[in-house]
Amino acid sequence: MALEKINSYEEFLAYCKEHSHSLDIKKGVKGIGEETHLISICSSSGCHASLSQEVYDEFDKYIKENKLEKKIKLSITGCFGFCEKGPIVKIFPEDTFYIQVKPEDAPRIVDNLVKGDKPLLDKLYVNPADNKPIVKQDDIPFYKKQKRIALRDCGLINPESLEEYVANKGFAGLANVLFKYSSDEAIEILKNSGLRGRGGAGFPTWKKWDIARKVPGDEKYVVCNADEGDPGAFMDRSIMEGDPFSVLEGMIIAAKIIQANKGVIYIRAEYPLAVERLEKAIYILREHGLLGDNIMGSGMSFDIEIKYGAGAFVCGEETALIASVEGGRGEPTVKPPFPAQSGLFKKPTNVNNVETYDNVPFIFANGAEAFNCIGTEKSKGTKVFALAGKINNVGLVEVPMGTTLREIIYDIGGGIKNGKAFKAVQTGGPSGGCIPASFIDTPIDYDNLVSIGSMMGSGGMIVMDEDNCMVNIAKFYLSFTVDESCGKCTPCRVGNKRLYEILEKITNGEGTLEDLDQLESLGTIIKDTALCGLGQSSPNPVLSTLKYFREEYIAHVTEKLCPAKECKALARYSIDPKICIGCDICAKKCPVEAISKTDQQAKNPKLFIHVIDDHKCIRCGTCAMHCPVKAISL
Amino acid sequence: MGKEQMSPETQAKYDELEQFIASKGNKEHELIAILHKAQGIFGYLPEDVQRFIAKRLNVPVSKVFGVVSFYSFFTMKKTGKYVIRVCLGTACFVRGSEKILNEFSEKLGIQPGNTTADGLYTLETVRCVGACGLAPVIQVNGKTYGNATVQSVGQILEEYK
Repeated sequence: MALEKINSYEEFLAYCKEHSHSLDIKKGVKGIGEETHLISICSSSGCHASLSQEVYDEFDKYIKENKLEKKIKLSITGCFGFCEKGPIVKIFPEDTFYIQVKPEDAPRIVDNLVKGDKPLLDKLYVNPADNKPIVKQDDIPFYKKQKRIALRDCGLINPESLEEYVANKGFAGLANVLFKYSSDEAIEILKNSGLRGRGGAGFPTWKKWDIARKVPGDEKYVVCNADEGDPGAFMDRSIMEGDPFSVLEGMIIAAKIIQANKGVIYIRAEYPLAVERLEKAIYILREHGLLGDNIMGSGMSFDIEIKYGAGAFVCGEETALIASVEGGRGEPTVKPPFPAQSGLFKKPTNVNNVETYDNVPFIFANGAEAFNCIGTEKSKGTKVFALAGKINNVGLVEVPMGTTLREIIYDIGGGIKNGKAFKAVQTGGPSGGCIPASFIDTPIDYDNLVSIGSMMGSGGMIVMDEDNCMVNIAKFYLSFTVDESCGKCTPCRVGNKRLYEILEKITNGEGTLEDLDQLESLGTIIKDTALCGLGQSSPNPVLSTLKYFREEYIAHVTEKLCPAKECKALARYSIDPKICIGCDICAKKCPVEAISKTDQQAKNPKLFIHVIDDHKCIRCGTCAMHCPVKAISL
Repeated sequence: MGKEQMSPETQAKYDELEQFIASKGNKEHELIAILHKAQGIFGYLPEDVQRFIAKRLNVPVSKVFGVVSFYSFFTMKKTGKYVIRVCLGTACFVRGSEKILNEFSEKLGIQPGNTTADGLYTLETVRCVGACGLAPVIQVNGKTYGNATVQSVGQILEEYK
């Protein structure tokens, strides 16, 4: 690639013009040159785990063997969001959307393209509603209600191609901020857009930037929080893997406005692919004069460094994150002073998360109205959710703020797996709460979620069905918080441990009604007294499940019963006499001789139906595992 | 630890680490990056390595140990040839990853966080690898297995012997 350093606004426009056709073939227009088809393969972590690299290699091999390189181009792209159906392969300009493509499918797909036949039916998504295959991505119900702003480039561009990023309005926002707007005007645009932080509490982004820009200082930092620690949330990872330039552009815009000269991306060590993409993108931007000294010839200098996390959830809290970037233990500090006043190395610092920065270029390229026309009164734009758990279509979805849970779960998510009943959805990760089915028509935005006892958090959305025990879920989150508490303040370090112990007592069938009151009062105290956001929100999973699923707690305590049959200690195994064939295997396998035969004859009159003595049973499940006719269940 | 007793291989490892620390300007705020590198070289972070780093950065060993013990990514125990990581992120948890963890634990006869006596397997838990679409997920030496079941545990172990 010839080195093209962009030294002025005019040169930038020329660069844009030169590469404006880079995405033509993906927009259905015949591409430049001889190529007639483009095969675009998802190369994000989700599809990688379903062997998309092997699929790519097989395509590559077959295309080369048949000397089709000039006609059929092969390319990688970022996350389509439909991870459950990966690896995803898209064919352009036909816009064919193939799912679950295996390496051995590659020759068939190429042959089919060369012949110009109709798409391969068995590789298309089949709409479960009418059993009809769907060819184009936009016609799949999963995508119909989505609105892609943060994910605008994911699945469209090659994440390693600056040309393609620019062809989809990339760096137009930065050019506007560098050459068209004053810093006051830029802040005004951001304010009008209504963008709020996408990492948790939803603090208005313009306000954060405005404080940081007004604090005097000749050295300031822009930090990107890419420590996506919330288990079950993977939108930031997908954005960094699928659209790394956008995150970097958002950071450069922030740096211009607050006059920062150094940037840091603090990223989880568990995300090697995202790091690789970001490093490549940083290198490409430096080569093109879009990062480093004298960006776009504007006189602005700013560079970005990647710093690794090392597995600590608390480092998602901004003051803890800063302590970690400084090489120490990631323990939070009391605010104020806020990072905007005294942050990294005691310098004014602006911290936002990945998705927030990712929205910024869109706003400055398209104007505040293009963003604030979407969403609810106080929550503008869209939000990316990582939809996971007991749902048919697991993946990343981006919807306008104000979309209801019903639309997300049933229209986009395709409903609950195996036709089970929807019970609850957990948002906001270990800091959020469980929302019961009765709120299914609540429009989702920052404020509504808080009012029903949960929070937006980073956008994890875990769907639970009738088989999930809410006490056990609360215990799961508490065990997470206990593990991850940094230990600096007592309410979080000791309080959460006590909460966990009470929950353990309840799931073991040893709880009392007083324990429920104890959970509530202790939880409230932790909320009021913990030092940082992690501690203050850690009792939310307990308090919200206690509020909405109290009867389930009571069943555990008074009847010693787990209605969802998930808590092993409360399980009751029984043998269905209608199914039992009297083979005696269960009785032989039972380690405590809790199973005996009755005098009731089985189908074979020489054998007898068996029964379990509940007092002797230790609920190990061995009998159920070995029963040849599956007569034993909970 | 006296350098003269070191095997040439160990010496080479320390040399590599020393070079890396120097490339970071022996700066204290690079500690986490240095620990990542050291763990990459040695496989874990034994006390000697921590002392070595503390000396080069001119900080107390307690500071280095404080950081090592704070972050779950760092380990002071030698790991096995195959590191099995069972994801206990929420998406995997609600789809039954706890049962898979128990199955590994039973089959290998070790609790999570430990290594089998023959030094072959280390069993670990991990909080979300971000492949929630394939839940429950396990990783063996970085290779991801999606939609894992209790039954697949035996098959996976067969692959790594």
